[in-house]
Amino acid sequence: MTTALAVRDLRKSFGGLQVTSSVNLRVEAGERRLIIGPNGAGKTTLFNLITGEIPPDAGSIALFERDITRVPSRRRTHLGIGRTYQIITLFPRETLLRNVTLSLLGLSPLRWNPLVRLDRQASLVREARDVLARLGLEALTDRPVAETSYGERRRVEIAMALAQKPRVLLLDEPFAGLSLEERRDVLRLVTGIPRDVTIVMIEHDMDVALDFAERITVLHFGEVVVEGTRAQVVAHPRTREIYLGE
Amino acid sequence: MKRLALAAALVVLATVPLWVGSTYYVNIASQILFYAVFALAVNVLAGYAGLVSLGHAGLFGIAAYAAAKIMTSGHGHLAVAAGALAVTLAAAAVFAVLALRGTGLGFVMITVALGQIVWGVAYRWISLTNGDNGITISGRPSPFGLSLASPRGFYWATLVVFLLAVASMAVFVASPFGASVRGTRDQPRRMNALGYHVWMIRFLAFVLSGFWTGVAGLLYLYYNQFVSPQAVTLTASAEALLMVISGGTATLLGPITGAALVVVMKNVASAYIERWNFVLGAIFVAIVVFMPEGLVPGVARLVRRSPLR
Repeated sequence: MTTALAVRDLRKSFGGLQVTSSVNLRVEAGERRLIIGPNGAGKTTLFNLITGEIPPDAGSIALFERDITRVPSRRRTHLGIGRTYQIITLFPRETLLRNVTLSLLGLSPLRWNPLVRLDRQASLVREARDVLARLGLEALTDRPVAETSYGERRRVEIAMALAQKPRVLLLDEPFAGLSLEERRDVLRLVTGIPRDVTIVMIEHDMDVALDFAERITVLHFGEVVVEGTRAQVVAHPRTREIYLGE
Repeated sequence: MKRLALAAALVVLATVPLWVGSTYYVNIASQILFYAVFALAVNVLAGYAGLVSLGHAGLFGIAAYAAAKIMTSGHGHLAVAAGALAVTLAAAAVFAVLALRGTGLGFVMITVALGQIVWGVAYRWISLTNGDNGITISGRPSPFGLSLASPRGFYWATLVVFLLAVASMAVFVASPFGASVRGTRDQPRRMNALGYHVWMIRFLAFVLSGFWTGVAGLLYLYYNQFVSPQAVTLTASAEALLMVISGGTATLLGPITGAALVVVMKNVASAYIERWNFVLGAIFVAIVVFMPEGLVPGVARLVRRSPLR
């Protein structure tokens, strides 16, 4: 089986604070991986290191066997890494359609073109509409993001990441702040993502997330402390110690 | 309706010298047009890219000084225009590389420093710039047989350049690149994660802004037939920024309206009101208080909410 994402001995510290210490992670192509851990465990930092938003102090990151440790963040997106943010990061003044169009444009050479009208790029706009329709947002296409609900914005976050057809999708707490019903909607959406997309998800909601993942990695103080199937992780004494203080 | 309004505006603008009366007001109209080009250029950065520059008068002055130097060394008007714009583009690229090392307040402070360096050179490097005395040129060009020596001729030529600037801005704003620039203003981190080269987009926006600032500087030189350190002061940069902010950032009409407001206050109101600077300041305060988004978006908001609509 091909390894989609391989993180080796990844280290990162901010001043005297070691946020990620010698993290190793191997995610196979098509896998659904869940990363859990208490607040401050270094989960989002790990995502930021994988996407290149912050550089590591040591270690390496490979995407489908290609070393991307020194590849700039924006180039990693072109190579197939997509992500969503824990804190929703959209373009609030723009419509949903424009948000997804911007996402598609990010991978197109057209983004440099100052001479044509963006809204007349029929194939781009059609594709953006298709993505929104797939996520059940077609009725809101022309509504500014600022006028949508929190749950809808979460779905737009995922729509923007999926529009780029990533090979590895990093979802940072996609259920955060959602109602039970909205969580079910987003879970249905995430489980419906085809298997050619490898998914790594950070999530606190165990009820929802444990059903989704095939393998689980537990991070604690920047270290991988447990890794395995759901049953293995739940039964592991370290997991119980971290979450229940036993 | 929109097209009709546009056609009416074009007719009004094209016939200004025929109905405005004295040549004094024709000259005021010319000033509004080239300062509007300047304000539109500043708006590319301050409005669409979210990068507030307080050093653009430096680029404005570099264009004017470069043109004056090329002209006084005996070259023709085509060489003057091409040379001045090339020098300004190169200067804008250098400004951008330096200023884009910072964002937010850091960017503002670097542009202030760059503008002040240009002012220092203009004021102190007397062998190059003639210092406080400035450089005087003689004669305006006659493109396609239209003499720019007369106020009317100069106005019409400036109007053509102004319309080109507005059209180019309209195309830029609606383009994928324009959307990219606005994206880097609103969510630079997200834009980077979406695959955009945020630094390069900002750099190109700066250079585009520098180009139209250079065009405005060239028109300024031809209008006054003189350039001095007065053109590159920090106050001149702040004035251009105020034109944009008072009219409305990230709009096409805003900077034009702001330019008209400032030029009219400086030239017309100052003839009647001794402390016109105070009045201008009071107007800006009123705009910031009652229409923080600027005159054009503010008026549009009031019209939308009007019960008569």
